[in-house]
Amino acid sequence: MENVHENKINSAVQKNKKSKWQRISKEKWLYFMVLPGLFYFIIFKYFPMWGIVIAFQDYSPFLGVRESEWVGFEHFHYFFTNPDFLRLLRNTFILALYDLIFFFPAPIILSLMLNEIRLSFYKRTLQTLVYVPHFMSWVIIASISYVFLTTSGGVVNELISSIVGKEINFLSSPDWFRPMIMGQIIWKETGWGTVIFLAALASVDQEQYEAAIVDGAGRFRRLWHVTLPAIRSTIVILLILRLGNFLDTGFQQIYLMSNSLNRSVADVFDTYVYFVGITEGAFSYSTAVGLFKSIVGIVLIVGADRLAKKAGESGLF
Amino acid sequence: MHRMHNTSSGKVFDVFNHIFLAIVGIVTVVPFLYVIAGSFASESELATRSFFLIPNEFTTVAYEYIFSTNAVIRSLGISILVTVVGTILSMILTLTMAYPLSRKNMVGRNLLLNLILFSMLFNGGMIPTYLLVKNLGLLDSIWALILPMAINPFNLIIVKTFFQQLPQELEDSSKIDGCTEFQTFWRVMLPLSKPVIATFTLFYAVFYWNDFFNALLYLTDTTKWPIQLLLQQLVMVANSGLGDLQEASLYEPPEESIKLAVIVVATIPILLFYPFLQKHFAKGVMLGSVKG
Repeated sequence: MENVHENKINSAVQKNKKSKWQRISKEKWLYFMVLPGLFYFIIFKYFPMWGIVIAFQDYSPFLGVRESEWVGFEHFHYFFTNPDFLRLLRNTFILALYDLIFFFPAPIILSLMLNEIRLSFYKRTLQTLVYVPHFMSWVIIASISYVFLTTSGGVVNELISSIVGKEINFLSSPDWFRPMIMGQIIWKETGWGTVIFLAALASVDQEQYEAAIVDGAGRFRRLWHVTLPAIRSTIVILLILRLGNFLDTGFQQIYLMSNSLNRSVADVFDTYVYFVGITEGAFSYSTAVGLFKSIVGIVLIVGADRLAKKAGESGLF
Repeated sequence: MHRMHNTSSGKVFDVFNHIFLAIVGIVTVVPFLYVIAGSFASESELATRSFFLIPNEFTTVAYEYIFSTNAVIRSLGISILVTVVGTILSMILTLTMAYPLSRKNMVGRNLLLNLILFSMLFNGGMIPTYLLVKNLGLLDSIWALILPMAINPFNLIIVKTFFQQLPQELEDSSKIDGCTEFQTFWRVMLPLSKPVIATFTLFYAVFYWNDFFNALLYLTDTTKWPIQLLLQQLVMVANSGLGDLQEASLYEPPEESIKLAVIVVATIPILLFYPFLQKHFAKGVMLGSVKG
C-alpha cells in the first residue's frame, strides 16, 4: 500500500521534472535570448563581488587574488581607528542631511506652484525649461559653475564685488563648498523632480476642490486639506527612498567640485575610495572602505523598505 | 480645472507665483544663454563686460580654434562612437533580457529576477570593478566605457514591466500563427513597444554622452578621451591652478571663449535630442513608478 503511494509520488515528481525540462526545451529561444544579458550580470556585476575578498588581503597585482597574503580585518581596523573615518562620516552625513533639508522639499514646492498656474502654455513652457538641466552632465554643470564663480572674472564675483567691494572664493573655500553643492543640485534636479509630483497632482479628484470651495475653503486651506493629502504618499515613498540612499552623495558632482583647498569638507566615502584606491593604488584598503559603505547602504535600504511597509506603503521590493 | 474665488489674497498669491516661477525659469536658462553668447564673443569683450546675453561683436574665433585642434574633434568623435555603439548594445541586451523575464511561466524566472535585484542592492564597488576591467585588458579601450554599464538594471526592470503589461493574447495568437518565440518578439512585441524603445534609447544615449567618470577611471591615454573628460580637464584643471593633476600641464591655460565654446559643443547633442526626449520621457518616468 505504502509502496504504491510512494510510486505515485515518484512518478508525479518525475513527471513534473520532465515537464519542466520539456518546458525549457520547448521555449529554448527564451533562454538563448536571456543569455547575453545573463553573461553581462555574471561578468560585470557578480564577478566584482568575488573581488571583494581583496579587502581581507594585502592584494598585490603581481600575485593576484590567489597568491596575495590574507590579513583578516586589518584594513577595517585601520580605517575605523584612522582620523579620516570620522571626517568622512561627518562630511557624508552633513551633505546627506543638507540634501534632505534643502533639496528634498524643492521639487514639492515647485510642483505645487506650477500646479497653481492655469495658463497651460505658460505652464508647459516653464516645465520644458526646468527639465533641461537634468540632461546635462555633471561636467557641464561644474564647468558652468567654474565660469560663473571663479574669482578671475566670473560673472557672480564681478556682481558681488561691484556691490560689496570684494570677491568670494566660492570654488576653493571650505565654507562655501556645501552651499555650492546644494545650489548646483537644486538647480540641476529640482525641475526634473517635479515630474512625479505633477503626475500625482494631476490625478487629484477635481470634485474635492469644488466641494472645498462650496465649504468656503480659501486657497491655502484647499492646499492644506486637499492637495497635500493627495500627494502625501508620493512624498513619503520618495523620502524613504532617499533615506535608503543616505550615504550616496553624488560622487561625480563632489569629485568635480573638490580640490586641495576644500578637501577637508569635500571628502566623502566615494571620493576617498577613488583617491586612495585608484590614484594611490591602495587597492585592498579602499576596497575595505567601499565594502563598509556598501554594507551600511544595504542596512539603510532594507531599513527604509521596512519603514515604507510600516507607513502603509507597498515597500520598495 | 478648479475655479476659485477671486479673493484679493488669491490675486496677490497669483501675481507672486507667476513672478517667482518666471524667475525660476530665467535662472534655469540664463547660465546656458550666457555660455552660448560668451562663446561667440571676443576675448576682450569677455574681459571687460561682466555679463551679457548678446555679444557686441559677434565672432566665431573660438569655434574656429577648437575645430582646428585635433583634441576636440577627436574627443567628439570618440563620444559619438561610444554613444552610438553603447546605446545599440545596451538596447539589444536590455530588450532581449527583458522579454523572456516578462514571461511569467518561464522556468527560472524568479532566480534571474532575484539575481538582478540583488545586483542593484549590492555590488563589488569601484576597486574590484576596476581590477576586473584591467584584467579583461579593457584599460585604455573605449570598450571600458561601454561594457561595464551596458545594462542599467533599473531600465531593464521597467522594460520588463512594460512587456508584462502587453496582452497575453497577442503571444498566444502569434504562436497559433506559427511564430517562433523570436519571431513573436521581433514582429509582434517590438513594434508595440515603440514608446519604451524611444525612451530608453534616449536615456542610454544621454548616459553614454554625459559619462565622464568611467573615462577618468579607465583611460590614461589622452588621445582616447571623450569630450566630457576633455572639457573637465580644460575648464577645471587648467583653471583651478592648484596643480592637482599632472594633466594640467598638457594644455596651455585656454582662453575664456574657448572654454565656453567647448562647453557648448559638449552640450549641443543633448539640446538637439531634447525635443524628442521631452515627448517621451514623461511616459518613461511614469513607467518607472510602476513596480515590477
